[in-house]
Amino acid sequence: MSTAENLSPSLVASAAKPLVEICADVRAGRTTARSRVDHFLARIAAHDGAIHAFNEVHADAARAAADAVDAQVKAGRGQDLPLAGAVIAIKDNIVMREGKTTCSSKMLANYRSPFDATVIERLRAAGAIFIGKTNLDEFAMGSSTENSAFGATRNPWDTARVPGGSSGGSAAAVAAGFCDASLGSDTGGSIRQPAALCGCVGFKPTYGRVSRYGLVAFGSSLDQIGPFAHSVADAALVYDAIVGRDELDSTSADAECAPLAAKVAEPLAKLRIGVPREYRSSANAPGVAAVLDRALDAAKALGAEIVDVDLPLTDIGISTYYVIAPAEASSNLARYDGIRYGHRAKLAPGEDLEALYSKSRAEGFGPEVQRRILLGTYVLSSGYYDAYYKRALQARRLIKEEFDRAFEKCDVVLGPTSPVVAFPFGGKSDPLSMYLCDVYTVNTNIAGIPGISFNGGFAEEGGVRLPVGLQLQAPAFAEETLLRAAAMLERACKS
Amino acid sequence: MVCYLSGMSDSLTDADIRKVAKLSRLSVTESQVPAIRTQLSSILGHIAKLQALPTEGVEPMAHPMKIVNRLGADEPKACMPVEELLKNAPAVEDRYLAVPKVLGEGGGA
Repeated sequence: MSTAENLSPSLVASAAKPLVEICADVRAGRTTARSRVDHFLARIAAHDGAIHAFNEVHADAARAAADAVDAQVKAGRGQDLPLAGAVIAIKDNIVMREGKTTCSSKMLANYRSPFDATVIERLRAAGAIFIGKTNLDEFAMGSSTENSAFGATRNPWDTARVPGGSSGGSAAAVAAGFCDASLGSDTGGSIRQPAALCGCVGFKPTYGRVSRYGLVAFGSSLDQIGPFAHSVADAALVYDAIVGRDELDSTSADAECAPLAAKVAEPLAKLRIGVPREYRSSANAPGVAAVLDRALDAAKALGAEIVDVDLPLTDIGISTYYVIAPAEASSNLARYDGIRYGHRAKLAPGEDLEALYSKSRAEGFGPEVQRRILLGTYVLSSGYYDAYYKRALQARRLIKEEFDRAFEKCDVVLGPTSPVVAFPFGGKSDPLSMYLCDVYTVNTNIAGIPGISFNGGFAEEGGVRLPVGLQLQAPAFAEETLLRAAAMLERACKS
Repeated sequence: MVCYLSGMSDSLTDADIRKVAKLSRLSVTESQVPAIRTQLSSILGHIAKLQALPTEGVEPMAHPMKIVNRLGADEPKACMPVEELLKNAPAVEDRYLAVPKVLGEGGGA
């Protein structure tokens, strides 16, 4: 047992064994899916009151699904289920027929999806069991899960601190041992940053790798679904089940996607790790900088070559992102008008359709969502489009080209996932200070490349030991290199 | 709708906020306007860094992938039952969504 586990607070739970072995045990009848679901339900019942990872726990449906998996195994059909008995939590902005899909918004507080997202269908077909829907910043807009209309999620490492966001519930659910893995969505870091702050793995695949059909749209050119897990190998197993072209998402990529789970443990014989000067910013918390330095030493000891690279547009990424993402959001969220579904305001006599739209939206959306709609509308408005939106799209190309040049010199880029560790509630109450936390994650989405955050070590802050996440980024569709490198570094950082 | 706002971010006015709120179909009370103006000005002030970036001749990139339109097979498929879709509707009359009166006396909205 590693030091990390010895010193874990009681709300943190690591995996007993790799998920691939657990699923093999279920397929072989050495354990049952039902007993696994019962274990997680008991843990959720005991501890989710302190964490609030879940918006809704699907206890009955999970038990029934587990029984169905066990019956399939008994009937000799277990070999078709790579995720047999894997218990997975789903971010509450991914639709499924079971329960509600709220996006942690008052707007969708009672919304029940009439269909399942593609990722849900694929996971179910692989033998996975859904245990519930996890909390998020409303409509995935935020970096702390404090923007949820249903109350914040707390970090299992220290319940006085945020779990990160927007997929804070999915990250906390894995860290607290409420499930084997979970799904989140990442528009500007919403998988990687909470994974870093909660000490688990969070993986954002290349844009287009995973179908967005059934993911409630935020920034459609940036959004990507990906897994949270206890290890890189576990994340790869879940990813293998959801990756691939989907006729229902015209932006899903028609690219080669051979299974990676069996390959991630193979070290890369030659690995060039690029470390951008800009990622060693003085804005990094001292504990974060120290973890990065130790990881680089460990990587060198593995025989990896450390290469200096330049990503001078790192800093402009925040400005670029906070034009493009709100612009796309203002358009995507126009659908919430109080007419077809979602919250509808009560009108005073004589008020018209226009008032219905404006009041329903003002009542249904929280402050951060309204702020981003206003910002997006502003940057797209006549007279400002060229100065903001068009210029941000030009910056986007420059950022992508900068990554292209960096990847001529290295296979992966390494740095901190977040400049800071988990911060106390209310610690970033000014919206801009919250946005600036996304400095290392937004450009991944802007360029459409894959990124993964894994635990690189720990830092002490305020007398509390908190996880520090490290991020690797790779060229588009280079998931195999990315995951194999991440598995190497994950092992090296633990020893 | 054409929207001309008063100036760049450093001179965002209360009138600009009301205008953008109207375009956004968000009802904003007078008491909220100053706080929204302060926050948006602060964010736009940061975003203004983009103005210093040399972008002459750079082709805007709206999307990370080179996307080509793909045609689906032109085959009829079953669609979702109307009753199923209307379950989430806040107000329904018969099999239709109910909305407030749209057309005014003069035929306008």
